[in-house]
Amino acid sequence: MTPMQITFILIAAVTLVSAVMAVTARRMMHAALWLIATLMGVAMLFATLQASFFAVVQVMVYVGAIAILILFAIMLTRRSTLESDQASLGSGWIINALAAVGVFAALVTAVWAWPAAETVLTELPKDAEQLGLLGQIIADPNGFAVPFEVSSVLLVAVLVGAIYLAVERKPQRGGRQ
Amino acid sequence: MIPMSWYLVIAAALFCVGLFGVLSRRNAVGILIGVELMLNAVNINLLTFWHYYIQVNAEPPLNALVFTAIVFIVAAAETAIGLALIINAYRQRSTVIANDLNLLKG
Repeated sequence: MTPMQITFILIAAVTLVSAVMAVTARRMMHAALWLIATLMGVAMLFATLQASFFAVVQVMVYVGAIAILILFAIMLTRRSTLESDQASLGSGWIINALAAVGVFAALVTAVWAWPAAETVLTELPKDAEQLGLLGQIIADPNGFAVPFEVSSVLLVAVLVGAIYLAVERKPQRGGRQ
Repeated sequence: MIPMSWYLVIAAALFCVGLFGVLSRRNAVGILIGVELMLNAVNINLLTFWHYYIQVNAEPPLNALVFTAIVFIVAAAETAIGLALIINAYRQRSTVIANDLNLLKG
């Protein structure tokens, strides 16, 4: 057991425990806070993979934006969340848990059947991530310029649509209030 | 350092926890939380194989990073639109329990 492996096991334990709490916690607010713990754990896993850029992006996009968005949504739908405290999981949850365990068993079998999975990941050279090249290839028409622009348009369309859906419209004249 | 199978197993476990959340949660926001966990598991896998590829071939696979970035973008889009839909449904029906949103049911 190297120190790195012990660190990995600690991170993995934190991530998995908080993930399980995030899907089983009775109060949605607690579930969202456990989700934040899970996302931070995943960011640490990215850091152990030496993907430092995506570790930072994970913290900024997931913890900074998505988790806060989920917290807002939970607070805006608070009344119904409180009413549903008694049964946070549906009636068939045992069957669902068995299905999830089955999928997990299948995936682990597939990993075991693959000899290369035992490869020990070694430390990469310092500049292995090559972010400069990534920036160039994203803007390169022969590289990924089209997917990049399409995803920008997707984001803009989605955000405009989300505002349109979520904004509260007052009735024009008369009506209630 | 760490064997690659450890990362693959933790990603599989995270994916299955997310799958369980999607299947079992009654609250629509809870279902979205499950989807987020599944997307994170996919990202762990992508970056693990990215690391493995560099190690084996000694050249950086930039496709992997672009792929991961696109998963991030789609995850952000999915959450934004999903939460807007949930808030809108809550305004109309005063509930976010997925089973009660059955307006189209005959």
